[in-house]
Amino acid sequence: MTNTTMGPPSARGFFGRFGGRFVPEPIMPACLELESAFGRAWADRAFRAELDAHLRHYAGRPSPVTECHRLGDLLGVRVLVKREDLNHTGSHKINNVLGQALLARRMGKRRVVAETGAGQHGVATATACALFGLDCVVYMGEVDVARQRLNVFRMELLGATVVPVTSGSRTLKDAVNEALRHWVATVADTHYCIGSVMGPHPYPWMVREFQRVIGEEARAQCADLLDGGIPSHVLACVGGGSNAAGIFAGFADTDAELIGVEAAGGAAIGGDLVGVVHGSKSMLLQDDAGQVLEAYSVSAGLDYPGIGPEHAHLADIGRASYPSVTDAEVLDAVRVVSRTEGLIPALESAHAFAYLLREAGGSIPHGSTVLVNLSGRGDKDMEQISDLLAEHKETQ
Amino acid sequence: MTTLEASLRAVGHPVLMPYVTGGVTENWLDYVHAAVDAGADAVEIGIPFSDPVIDGPVIQAASVQALERGTTPDTVMRDLAAYRGSVPLVVMTYYNLVHRYGHAAFARRLVEAGVSGVVLADLPMEEAAEWTEVADAAGIATVLLAAPSTPDSRLEEVCTRSQGFVYAMGVMGVTGERAVLADSARDIADRVKAVADKPVLVGVGVSTPENAALLSAHADGVIIGAPVMRRIAEGGSVADLVAGFRAALG
Ligand SMILES: Cc1ncc(COP(=O)(O)O)c(C=O)c1O
Repeated sequence: MTNTTMGPPSARGFFGRFGGRFVPEPIMPACLELESAFGRAWADRAFRAELDAHLRHYAGRPSPVTECHRLGDLLGVRVLVKREDLNHTGSHKINNVLGQALLARRMGKRRVVAETGAGQHGVATATACALFGLDCVVYMGEVDVARQRLNVFRMELLGATVVPVTSGSRTLKDAVNEALRHWVATVADTHYCIGSVMGPHPYPWMVREFQRVIGEEARAQCADLLDGGIPSHVLACVGGGSNAAGIFAGFADTDAELIGVEAAGGAAIGGDLVGVVHGSKSMLLQDDAGQVLEAYSVSAGLDYPGIGPEHAHLADIGRASYPSVTDAEVLDAVRVVSRTEGLIPALESAHAFAYLLREAGGSIPHGSTVLVNLSGRGDKDMEQISDLLAEHKETQ
Repeated sequence: MTTLEASLRAVGHPVLMPYVTGGVTENWLDYVHAAVDAGADAVEIGIPFSDPVIDGPVIQAASVQALERGTTPDTVMRDLAAYRGSVPLVVMTYYNLVHRYGHAAFARRLVEAGVSGVVLADLPMEEAAEWTEVADAAGIATVLLAAPSTPDSRLEEVCTRSQGFVYAMGVMGVTGERAVLADSARDIADRVKAVADKPVLVGVGVSTPENAALLSAHADGVIIGAPVMRRIAEGGSVADLVAGFRAALG
């Protein structure tokens, strides 16, 4: 059992009732090897210093916290925004990927395989592989290849091979299946670089540790802005849950309310069913027989029927809550945040803002101080948003 | 000793265990009977799952087809009531279906359907205890996988904990046929045989009767999945396919 909130999981990789390592035998040895390699690296000052240097000089960390006065005035709350959109490659995904690529190199793996939804994790992985001279294969659902064409091109320009996935729902869930199948066959020389706090132990723990930098920086930055205080609420969008886990980790031991915002069509926690897929036990959208359901969301990065096991645990113990917002609320939030602050959020990140817009003055009382994780910038979504806004106008 | 192990030990020649995806067609049990009549010593029945990560294209397609027909664990077990063979049945599926059904209810249902063993592809021994406690009490053998990547230090424990038989994966990779029999198939068979105190069957990548014959010198038998399901997809004769493997195995 874990005894500190957002500390290490149990020896078998459980956060309370959730987590574990539910994988076929052929990749079990690789998971065990990764667990010990990560444990050693994370305790090794030299590894931490090397990662820190890359985060600083390559990715551009620390990312600032921006106070959004106009949005705050509009909503009657104080709004602080953690600017992961300013990182190299445009999202928080680079934090995790630099860590895993360094680890892959340390383990002597020459190749990296990854899954991607919106393409941000794929782009980040392709970037890190270019930086460290590793071969890179990215699996991406055919539906997402179509809605994120620009990111496909970016990955290819960076030297990665992008493989469109045509099975199942042809989105993130099936990209994970194909990446796992690829890994089963290539595990001897290949590292699977999972893009979120999901998968078998040690991934949910390891990815959260690589994203913890968001929360640690934000904690100190908030303390500066708030005279040593902490925000009353911390908001982040949740696909698998890595940007949320990263920012929550900095505030787990405070009184701040932690809120992870899911897409209404992919709200695993809202569904209230425990399940096992992609290597861990967590909350999962599934039918009566246990077949995993297809998520639906306007944002490719949140189009996932599960959620990282640690989030299921945080919900279980009441430390965090996981409400959802609709696609329409998200589009509206994109418009409002763009116009009032000059910040165009990624569709994923806009979920956190959509919740704030809906709840300010309600469950988030006037006078609150709200820290929002802006996990990524909206550049990748321009084509899709412009189509959606046009559709929206027509139906009004 | 589990009843599955006892039946396999009593076979007296190399074991041939074809695999059929339950519910792939309305009359899928006909394929099971055809396999039994053509000399199968046991049959593995797949219960299709939406996210079969250890399966290649052929069995994935069969799973999709079965799911589109509305196949569930219950429909597969219901259909098995009409099974008229005498060779043991082993169910192969993924853990979420068992978890959703409930361990005790699933084990009971397997027993009622006449199934004597189960392979849960994504339930490694570390996570199996909760299930095996219930399965053991019901007399259902929980078969574990041994892979080419399984180190010797781990292999012994896998073989000790596996029940009924040890499922030795012939290749590192998903189910499906391969042009040539991988060296890894013979290697893993030899490694498992050296430490296992129960029958060792090689599955995954056993594509031809020649492969099977070659492996019979290294293991107690073979499991053939993708060749059967490809034959079904192509509308060919499962009986002829199984008879070919039977003849080669002796
Ligand atoms: C900008 C951005 N935010 C959030 C996510 C969702 O991932 P996670 O929940 O792991 O942070 C994605 C995934 O693609 C993303 O691109």
